[in-house]
Amino acid sequence: MSPIAIDARDVTKVYRKFAHRKQFATIKSALLSGSLVRDLRPDETFAALKGISFQVPAGCTYGIIGRNGSGKSTMLKCVAGISRPTTGSVTVNGRVSALIELGAGFHPEISGRENVFINGIMLGLTRKEIARRFDEIVEFAELEDFIDAPVKTYSSGMYMRLGFAVAIHVDPDVLLVDEVLAVGDEGFTHKCLDKFGDFRRRGKTVLLVTHSLALVERFCDEALWIDAGLARAHGDPRRVVGAYVTDVEKSEERALAAADAKAQEHARTEPLAEPAIADPVDAAAAPDDGFKASEGRWGSREVEITGVRLVGEDGHAGHVFHSGEAVTIELGVTARHRVTDFAFGIGLFSADGVCCYGTNTDVADLKSVEMSGSGTARFVIESLDLVEGTYKLDVAVHKRDGYAYDYHRQLYTFRVKSRTKDAGIYRPRHRWEFSPTVRLTPGGV
Amino acid sequence: MLQNLRNLLKYRGLIQSLVVRDLKARYRGSVLGFFWSFVNPLLLLLIYSFVFTVVLPSSHPKELEPYALFMFCGILPWTWFSSSLLEASNVLIAGGNLIKKVLFPAEVLPIVTVLANMVHFFFGLPILLGFLIYFRHPLNLTDLVWFPVVVLTQLLLTVGLSFIVSALTVHFRDLKDLLANLMTLWFFATPIIYPMALAASVGQGLSKRVLDLNPFTHLAISYQEILFYNGPFGHWKWLLVLLACSAVLFIAGYTLFDRLRDSFAEGV
Repeated sequence: MSPIAIDARDVTKVYRKFAHRKQFATIKSALLSGSLVRDLRPDETFAALKGISFQVPAGCTYGIIGRNGSGKSTMLKCVAGISRPTTGSVTVNGRVSALIELGAGFHPEISGRENVFINGIMLGLTRKEIARRFDEIVEFAELEDFIDAPVKTYSSGMYMRLGFAVAIHVDPDVLLVDEVLAVGDEGFTHKCLDKFGDFRRRGKTVLLVTHSLALVERFCDEALWIDAGLARAHGDPRRVVGAYVTDVEKSEERALAAADAKAQEHARTEPLAEPAIADPVDAAAAPDDGFKASEGRWGSREVEITGVRLVGEDGHAGHVFHSGEAVTIELGVTARHRVTDFAFGIGLFSADGVCCYGTNTDVADLKSVEMSGSGTARFVIESLDLVEGTYKLDVAVHKRDGYAYDYHRQLYTFRVKSRTKDAGIYRPRHRWEFSPTVRLTPGGV
Repeated sequence: MLQNLRNLLKYRGLIQSLVVRDLKARYRGSVLGFFWSFVNPLLLLLIYSFVFTVVLPSSHPKELEPYALFMFCGILPWTWFSSSLLEASNVLIAGGNLIKKVLFPAEVLPIVTVLANMVHFFFGLPILLGFLIYFRHPLNLTDLVWFPVVVLTQLLLTVGLSFIVSALTVHFRDLKDLLANLMTLWFFATPIIYPMALAASVGQGLSKRVLDLNPFTHLAISYQEILFYNGPFGHWKWLLVLLACSAVLFIAGYTLFDRLRDSFAEGV
């Protein structure tokens, strides 16, 4: 067992909520209410971390993932020693460098050269050490031509690159990284990743806080998932990322369900007047029409759509599906009296309002015969060949001439998830084939 | 505590570069640049000379000539003192990025403020010296030996107070505005633009006793006795007492700063 580089034991961090009158602390209020550091009532505090423990062996690359506000950065700050845990302890063995905010100590008025020196000294180097690494730092930041210009003239990318270059050249035993890889262009990001790889090879410890799950899976030996200040899972990165992704899908599911319920409620209370054209096929032909983009519900309600469910492969209704999954759109309908002229319509829209597909039973050459009482209509999609994204759904029942019985315009939202980061809207079923002279192997990136 | 003080020594490289950076950055972009450090006190002295020789020639005791030089002896150190404290009140908030995002010893910031202002004070000294020569004002060389002691005393006093002011302002932002007015009051409660003898003759010695409680009184008098008055330096007992008090204040200020340190990352 290799020695422990970072040992966090039962770390709890309680922040004071600066609510109402507390926001403007005055000497008077402190004198009247006694000591500055006193026990706060629970309603005035917020626990960002609730008893988190983990160990990072030396030489390990450790990833921390979690949603916004889950406590990842607070954890990193506790490890860095910038803030102290309220209870519990963090022990770090070796020199620490924290990439939390790049170029935090830069002074805008003075040159990049002087800032490199001062920033390096702030991070714990001596003047001599910086002088020795200076050229390397400047080369890494790709700022050879601008190093003597004041930092205030730098673009934000240049600023970040210089900050990163200095911090990485401190040559720490333990490097703490907080979501800073998004700083440069593609080329610079690769350089940073190479540098991390270099760190790993030399047996240094890296603690990485990030939203890039791919990065965690690729680089980390172990991962920790923090949610609302609690450690939800830790260990093998693939397993932890998998658990996290599943949880995010679940909460998206809840959010979409809530949003749909709200949209439907809104449509019920404020019904729209019937627009001139109410046919998904025609709507598809005119996606630019501003009015059509708005959600709502209209129609005579002689036939009413009483419920809409999206059912996935597992047989459960939901809002989040995987690309390529079989999905059924199930409409519950009730006819107030017997009707003979009717058609069901479906429209799929991308989040920015582009119609991905629209059809109705009339277009599909299905002639209505009759309907009475309650029943269901299912639109079975054998394979949901859409790329990742959020989609809106139109459902309608109308006369074949377009007279609307019940038209639901974009009242339903669902999300398509995919592990493949392809672009566009439609993913045709496909495979790649090559002649024997062209060779590729799986697992490129 | 001792460990912490040793840490301060460890940070001297950092403090040094930050002071240099402050000085460089202050005049960056101006035409005269560094020269302003000399020009500012020079202009100040010229203004006082004009006011007290042309506008109000009879408002001061006749034995204090040149009066502008007398005032200059007090105003120069006072400027160091008051701008240090005023800047210190804002230094942790202005440096919030460092405290929140980098593992950075916060006590360095008020120290740098005081030292940068001390350097400005030193830049003013050649101007003072030039005027002493111009007015053919004799200097007592044995008195000058005391000069470093006065500067050290003021340094300890100012750093100690800066620790307190900077740490408290993080939690009580009111202090910043309060301090600006307090410093004006303090200025007039110090024998800088009037001699101590004048104050002592008012209100049956009560005003002298009040002024004696003001630590800067003894610094101002020391500077005046060393640089302006001809006689031997007679204020040394007061000065040594003040030096001891300033050392205690420095420790107390640092202790308070250290106690509040953990709250800075959240408070600024």
